Amino acid sequence: MTVTDGGKTAENGVDVQALLDAREVLKGAPEAAQFTWRASSTWKHGVHSTSSIQNYFGLGQEQQHRTETTFDIDHPDVFAATDNGITPIEFLLVGLAGCLTAGVASVAQNRGIQLRSVEATVEGEHDIRGILGADADVRNGFNDVKVTFHIDADASKQEIEALVAQSQKRSAVFDALTNPTNVSVEVA
Amino acid sequence: MTTVVVGAGHAGLAASHHLSARSIDHVVLERGQVANSWRTERWDSLRLLTPNWLNRLPDLPYDGPDPDGYLTMGEVVGLVERFAAAAQAPVRTETAVTEVRRTDAGYRVATSAGEIDARTVVVASGAFNTPAVPALSQGVPASVHQVTPFAYRNPLQLPDGGVLVVGASASGVQLAAELARSGRPVTLSVGEHVRMPRTYRGRDVLWWMDTTGVWDERYDQVDDLDRARRLPSPQLVGTAARATLDLNALADLGVELVGRLAMVRDGRALFSGGLRNVFALADLKLERLLDSFDAYAGRSGRDAEVGPAERFPPTRVPGSPRWQLDLAAGEISTIVWATGGRPDYSWLGVPVLDEKGRLRHDGGVVDSPGLYALGLPVLRRRRSTFLHGIDDDARAVVEHLSGHLDGSP
Repeated sequence: MTVTDGGKTAENGVDVQALLDAREVLKGAPEAAQFTWRASSTWKHGVHSTSSIQNYFGLGQEQQHRTETTFDIDHPDVFAATDNGITPIEFLLVGLAGCLTAGVASVAQNRGIQLRSVEATVEGEHDIRGILGADADVRNGFNDVKVTFHIDADASKQEIEALVAQSQKRSAVFDALTNPTNVSVEVA
Repeated sequence: MTTVVVGAGHAGLAASHHLSARSIDHVVLERGQVANSWRTERWDSLRLLTPNWLNRLPDLPYDGPDPDGYLTMGEVVGLVERFAAAAQAPVRTETAVTEVRRTDAGYRVATSAGEIDARTVVVASGAFNTPAVPALSQGVPASVHQVTPFAYRNPLQLPDGGVLVVGASASGVQLAAELARSGRPVTLSVGEHVRMPRTYRGRDVLWWMDTTGVWDERYDQVDDLDRARRLPSPQLVGTAARATLDLNALADLGVELVGRLAMVRDGRALFSGGLRNVFALADLKLERLLDSFDAYAGRSGRDAEVGPAERFPPTRVPGSPRWQLDLAAGEISTIVWATGGRPDYSWLGVPVLDEKGRLRHDGGVVDSPGLYALGLPVLRRRRSTFLHGIDDDARAVVEHLSGHLDGSP
């Protein structure tokens, strides 16, 4: 669809109108806005596992992705592992990049900015002495995450910076990484 | 009684002024004294954010010697008292409204001095009656003293030691600066905020807001009214030096900037790691605002009247902002919750609040016939948030009220 803003027309392939409509509807129906995302994981061998995703809950009922996706999660050779897939913490980078990029496209569409290319590199600084238990003062997770966007679009530098800022403001993964979240792990 | 006005601040008194102009019989009920909140819920050093020339009240323009100055709280009380006298407002002080409920003929107003039946009621009880302290404050260790700007008076009142100020709107930045200057180590937790220089191209930044028409935007034309009404106050302070009090100025004073307070867990304050982005959002918004001022100056041929265009350095991002602070370790002895305030409608026995406890109204016309509101942010225009917005608002609301009395829709 096409959105026009101040005489500008953009076609980034984001159905912004559907999102804006959903926003209006869900304002008055907070219960429908409650989603549950799920992944099911199975240990294979060593530090290799697979994780499958198909079902989730939202808009008041069970929902399904079109197909089931299965990811291999492993650790590389330098961890003396079999490297059948990326490490779990790299999945966080994948999630962050995907979320911010979707945000950039959506905000650009809403603002009538035509994108030509959006590239992002995400780097997470990680001191692995934490997970190895080599130094109790080192945390397990990232010490710092840096995202660098290269965006080619019909917009000024300031407008592009605003796209990226607004994308962070509305990003689920950015929020999940920058703010603490209660996580409960149980044995059923 | 035809009309009861609840509250004798600038808004209730402006209602009275316009009711009197239409010879509508009314009384203004005030729980304390005229300008009660200004007398009792403000810190010692506070001055208005708006310059004197801007603080025009109905038929009471500023005519003093210091148009560019900012009133102290004592002076604000004096201004509102002068307005009450000039408007000959029928104020009953020390009369608290305890309940308002609907009757067939209008409303019954229960007060600490008996009941009053009125055909119409104007709610002018203020936008910030109680501090909005986040629920996570319950996790703060008992060893830490907690205070809100409603009760804070000056640095001497606080126990020795470091202070964590939560919130970086006008109150938060002002208190962080005052506490840092008093010699205390200050940490400021910063969420989304509105950055503004005190002066731009030689004029008060609020002169630009006023002159360029930003504040003229009507409530029914604002893109996202909810958001506009929740907008935090800009990072401004009223001082003789007309100094800018942005986050860079605070960093220069030695204030440590940390992200938005997200959680208190096991006695530790956890801050958001998104500090850089709230800086970017505020810097970008400021740049757009200044661009719009420059465009106005060019368009209106006023470039020569003001100084040259200016741009301000971006907010400096601390190398590695702390994202946690052990509140039990003794480093922080006081938390100041500069997290805003909300109105108290606990006395309003009419079902006109939305799910968030906000008054449902259309430009001050409340969702119950004969009930009105004044003195709320962006009530009818962006300028409604400020003292000088009240004249037009009160005129319009009283006009509607008068029509209601006459039986017109």
